[in-house]
Amino acid sequence: MTTVTDTPPPSPPQSNARRMARRFRRHRLALGSLVVLILLALLSLGAPLIEALLGIDAETTNLFQRFQPPSAAHPLGTDEAGRDVLARLLHGGRVSLAVAMVAALCSAIIGTLIGLFAGYHGGWADTLLMRFTDGVIALPLLPLLIVLAAIDLNKLGLPESITQSEDVSLYRIVVIIALFGWTTVARLVRAETLSLKQREFVRAAVAQGARPGRIMRTHILPNAISPIIVATTLSVGSIILFESVLSFLGLGIQPPVASWGNMLTNAQDLIWDAPLLAVWPGLLIFVTVIAFNFLGDGLQDAMDPRAVD
Amino acid sequence: MFRYIAGRLLESIVVLLVVSFAVYGLIGLMPGDPIDLMVQGDPNLTPEDAKRLKALYGLDQPIIDRYLAWLGNAAQGDFGYSRNHGQPVLDVIGSRIGNTIFLLGISLILSLAIAIPIGIYAALRPYSPLDYAINMFCFAGISIPPFWLALLLIILFSVTLGWLPAGGMATVGASGLLDRLEHAVLPVAALTIASVGSFTRFMRASMIQTLRQDYIRTARAKGVSTTRMVTHHALQNALIPLVTVIALSFGTLFSGALITETMFSWLGMGKMIYDAILGNDYNLALVGLMIATVLTLAGNFLADIGYVWLDPRVTIASRADKR
Repeated sequence: MTTVTDTPPPSPPQSNARRMARRFRRHRLALGSLVVLILLALLSLGAPLIEALLGIDAETTNLFQRFQPPSAAHPLGTDEAGRDVLARLLHGGRVSLAVAMVAALCSAIIGTLIGLFAGYHGGWADTLLMRFTDGVIALPLLPLLIVLAAIDLNKLGLPESITQSEDVSLYRIVVIIALFGWTTVARLVRAETLSLKQREFVRAAVAQGARPGRIMRTHILPNAISPIIVATTLSVGSIILFESVLSFLGLGIQPPVASWGNMLTNAQDLIWDAPLLAVWPGLLIFVTVIAFNFLGDGLQDAMDPRAVD
Repeated sequence: MFRYIAGRLLESIVVLLVVSFAVYGLIGLMPGDPIDLMVQGDPNLTPEDAKRLKALYGLDQPIIDRYLAWLGNAAQGDFGYSRNHGQPVLDVIGSRIGNTIFLLGISLILSLAIAIPIGIYAALRPYSPLDYAINMFCFAGISIPPFWLALLLIILFSVTLGWLPAGGMATVGASGLLDRLEHAVLPVAALTIASVGSFTRFMRASMIQTLRQDYIRTARAKGVSTTRMVTHHALQNALIPLVTVIALSFGTLFSGALITETMFSWLGMGKMIYDAILGNDYNLALVGLMIATVLTLAGNFLADIGYVWLDPRVTIASRADKR
């Protein structure tokens, strides 16, 4: 039954993938960024192991050992509560990276669903959804994120088991970023869907009586995946920036859970006593964001179907 | 053209109404409650008084009624009182908006003055080592956390070198233009560094696109010098996308102002909104957010209109289809 619908796309997929990989490898900055990101992810994931090896941990406070300079016991020194800075950076990296990637993934899923639906169905559903998208894009993002991050969850009527939990600030950040972050992917997927649904292989599937859900899933989505991947990679960088600024302002990830943003919260008051405390977390945010941006740029070049070798 | 503009205007008003209602609802969900705060501040108030006060201010009404009442007053120019400033909301905003326009205006002019020449320079030598270096700096500017950049500037120029003040609008007791300008240097620098990267990248991309056009090849064939080709043939067309990007970046600029003003204690709209949100100053926060939304909507609107106006090849119909 599926002989017609499964005709291969214009160029055989394997050589296509190989061509992409070759183009990606030529983009040295993107390649280097990928290595940096993998390293950062491994270091963050291995935080407990590294702590055990170096005999440090992120939680123990010691008021007699505040603002220690780097030493054998504390490779990057200690902070205002005598906690080890390196251990906190590693744990902060876990939180910042995980929150950003989960939020980016959620945004991508919402955006893909909305874009597919609007593009495939067209008509009033399309008009309505795209006007809605335009409206969301027109919002002043940061002030609204601050409002959403500051609202009292108890007033929303959520059960106390959620509002009192230690991890609630993590979920909250993911949810509010996903609420606003889906618009780029939605627009890209809609545009891609609009053009794909006119193509012969999709029309053949329609003629064979395939249901809309199946057509979107098996014929349109796989062909629209490149812009989704590029946009999502690029969005991780900006999400890390938003998370860090909210956490820095004391509205994002709540202590004692460390994040790169909230490690900087006290840094401004301490610039006279311990200016170095302000350097490390910011540097890691900067390196991670720039790496995601280079990576997205490289993927964009590699996946551009119109690019010439 | 008129129909298009009227349609867009109507659309913007609808978005604004929806946003104002959403923000009104969200502000009500902030921790604390104006009457509870009053009761805490005054031990003589009993729970019965609190109840009466709530009825007096209409806080026992359903949210939609309260919103409509607010909207009705707002339509007549009455935006209420700011709780923390003890002044009408419009007075507070009036005292702040000039500072933000000053800050954003100077940094916008500065970043364009840097981005346009550098973008053109990179576009004339694409994929040269210098183009790569410029690209690196652009990415760095885009990727640097704005609050961290502000911290670094303060640490370098105020703490270590002691050249410039770490924040505020003016030294207490001192007056004069020089003192005010000294206080503006670091915030302007922070905002400029944050926005120059993306402007440069857009300028470069748009110039490269323009230089590929046939009319440029014709001009070259006729022996026009590179300088004249850029200034007389390419620049005008290459600037069109940049104008759009600038208009579309109004919202981002505002976000930048919020962070920068907060970091440098610059008394502008951004810091005002931030303080109002955190300080339970409902009326002020609401109007501040509305102004930010109006600015963003106006930016989008100007971008669309400006595109049609500046580029005769684009028609309203094709623009409307693209959206």
